[in-house]
Amino acid sequence: MSNMDSKLRLIQQSFNSRYSEWVREALDELSDNFTITDPSISGHPLVFASRSLLKMLSYSREEVIGQNGNIFQGPKTNRRTVMEIREAIREERGIQVNLVNYRKDGTPFWMLFHMSPVFGKEDGRVIHFVAVQVPITRRQRGNGGVRLSEEASGLNEIMFGSCRKEVDTNSVLELGRVLSSDSSSNVLDIEETCEASDFEKRRAANVFNSILTVLTHYSESTGRLVCGKRCSVPGVGYISSSLNISLGRIKQSFVLIDPHLPGLPIVYASDAFLKLTGYDRHEILGLNFAVLNGADTNTSSEYQIQEIIQNEQACTVRIVCYRKDKSSFWNSLHLSPVRNASGKIAYFVGVQMEEECKNMDRHGLSPEMRQLSTVGAVKVAVRSLSMAAGSSKS
Amino acid sequence: MMLRIKRVPTVVSNYQKDETEETARRSGGCGKNCLRSCCIPGAKLPLYAFKKMDKIDGENDVLAIEEKEPPVVFLDSLILGEWEDRMQRGLFRYDVTACETKVIPGEYGFIAQLNEGRHLKKRPTEFRVDKVLQPFDGNKFNFTKVGQEEVLFQFEASEDGEVQFYPSAHIDVENAPSVVAINVSPIEYGHVLLIPRILECLPQRIDRESLLLALYMAVEAGNPHFRLGYNSLGAFATINHLHFQAYYLAVPFPIEKAPTNKIATLNDEVIISELLNYPVRGLVFEGGNTLQDLSDTVSDACICLQENNIPYNVLISDCGKRIFLLPQCYAEKQALGEVSPELLDTQVNPAVWEISGHMVLKRRKDYDEASDENAWRLLAEVSLSDERFCEVKELIFEAIANGEDSIENTADTMLKEPVEEKNTIAKSSERTMVARTQECLVQL
Repeated sequence: MSNMDSKLRLIQQSFNSRYSEWVREALDELSDNFTITDPSISGHPLVFASRSLLKMLSYSREEVIGQNGNIFQGPKTNRRTVMEIREAIREERGIQVNLVNYRKDGTPFWMLFHMSPVFGKEDGRVIHFVAVQVPITRRQRGNGGVRLSEEASGLNEIMFGSCRKEVDTNSVLELGRVLSSDSSSNVLDIEETCEASDFEKRRAANVFNSILTVLTHYSESTGRLVCGKRCSVPGVGYISSSLNISLGRIKQSFVLIDPHLPGLPIVYASDAFLKLTGYDRHEILGLNFAVLNGADTNTSSEYQIQEIIQNEQACTVRIVCYRKDKSSFWNSLHLSPVRNASGKIAYFVGVQMEEECKNMDRHGLSPEMRQLSTVGAVKVAVRSLSMAAGSSKS
Repeated sequence: MMLRIKRVPTVVSNYQKDETEETARRSGGCGKNCLRSCCIPGAKLPLYAFKKMDKIDGENDVLAIEEKEPPVVFLDSLILGEWEDRMQRGLFRYDVTACETKVIPGEYGFIAQLNEGRHLKKRPTEFRVDKVLQPFDGNKFNFTKVGQEEVLFQFEASEDGEVQFYPSAHIDVENAPSVVAINVSPIEYGHVLLIPRILECLPQRIDRESLLLALYMAVEAGNPHFRLGYNSLGAFATINHLHFQAYYLAVPFPIEKAPTNKIATLNDEVIISELLNYPVRGLVFEGGNTLQDLSDTVSDACICLQENNIPYNVLISDCGKRIFLLPQCYAEKQALGEVSPELLDTQVNPAVWEISGHMVLKRRKDYDEASDENAWRLLAEVSLSDERFCEVKELIFEAIANGEDSIENTADTMLKEPVEEKNTIAKSSERTMVARTQECLVQL
């Protein structure tokens, strides 16, 4: 099964287990443009896209599910706005911004992007981010050469709002040769700034509430309730969604162990780890990684690992590990302490290397170097993402 | 009148000695494994050859992105892996991840770090701050004197247009190699130095080729949290040997969050804006038909500042998509005794990272009391005045306009280079389809 296929399977499974398989029909009955993304799946992919949105952007469902939301961005998308969205995701809060998105054929358009998290009622984790998109269009006006940005046919139920083009009051420097000519007839050109009306903003908020109602209702049927506001504090060992997203980009097999909790539990396991060992994520989280040990595992190496953790050193040990199906492999396990922004140790990272699989072609990074790069990537993520004021210090 | 300030230079290499010790050393064989002619023959380093692409270019078909073969080695992984390796070998003066750090609550999100180990308790040395261009002095410390273990890899353009990685390659002196080395007093994890054409011993001054190399590194790393910076002499560069710095920090820099006001679009689609609502006045460059267009515009601006003796800093951010240019005058003020003792006491030298909003503080008191206001107050001292900035802007635009002229004239010669179908050097205003690459698109 390719990576994409297994990701799609994961998406399907996790969505259904939270809301049941009937939720898609209910969501499809909403005639608005929205997407739902899952920060706990590597790549922070889209797990649902409404029919209207797909129609508006001219994509098919298959082209979009499993991809990151950035596929709708392009050259005219304001980089700072994208950064603001990333920050909102990192701080696990909502945001409402004006954003340029692109259809499949490359035409850009302005829309109001209203995103808000959906929390697990019991554990306070962010389960999904819901993003509502309201296209911002304008009536044709007599002044300023303002024109209709796109045909209404491609967009159903458009309520015409107003778009105030921000006029650049500072005079542009009079360097005639240097300035580009003003070609406004090209369909790929677009205004530089655009602002949604209050009406459009309220509309976006209402749409979100409708979606939330549907999601809440269907989560009741599985017993795994969601809500729009965080109603419980995430417990110890909670990995924030932004840390989740960052760690999800690391393609190596690794786990994070929390040395402050009894039993030295695994609090994070990468997709590659799950693939290597055959476990599902929910089976492995919370367990001591001794779960990988079996009959032939040297008990002294277990002690070794405990010692490494106690001494707060980085080290590599060779141990025999067992997969879920009881097959074994020699694991060159590299352990290293990982500190967060306080400067103190927050986790230990354990990076697995299956010795039989030392597939390094002459031109690649050595497996040892790859292990170290995983450690580096984890260190950057954990340190940086625990710095922000107001972010959950995982 | 020569303007000088006294400061303790940051130690970036374990082989960096006091000035007095430097000059006393003989230039003959050193018995160490440095990068001079005494030790280079036979020396090998990993070599990363990047793909020279003109523009962020890629497949339109989203489905194809998954199937595309990933490059053999990601530059990101190479930097992180080699850095972690040096960390475990004990080459750094301290563990930067053990330094407390925080984002100061407030609108801007200034970043403060308490780092007592970075600054040495040594006698400060004198630095001349009134000359941005100074000739290279082989007697002083330079990067050919670093130990080979401090060098992570060579970095250059690939011959065949594909990323190539050689785990162990001879250092080809004839080829003017550029290298990436560690900074043994890191500001953050992954703090490295990019030294273009190291053996040519170029002084600290930007030229078109070196800025383009730095930009390629930003693009190739494909990580918005990996930023490159440059300090000119007089803007707190300590070593007069051409180098850029870079490190990882996965939070936005305040300067990146500042609003901007567009002031011009050039013929080659480079967009120049002004920073608004930020304590330091500066310009932001983005866009451009090709990476080279963007790079050349910025380097022309830098060269103009250099030639007019205006110290400045450069920040390359957002995978090379946004470049900040910040002229400054703090050192001059310091030399003239115009900076308040209070600010001087913090011993913060406002180089590119500080100006971008990342402050390394050496006193617990300053760290605990760090606030938006304090940071703003310090950075406001760094900025050129409104008037002066306007003058400098004019200088820059004049220089860029002249640069554009020469681009127009040599348009024919540029077309000699093989042009991939998707890229176009022609100045039509028609856009090609949305073109992007997996690596450079930042995930939400």
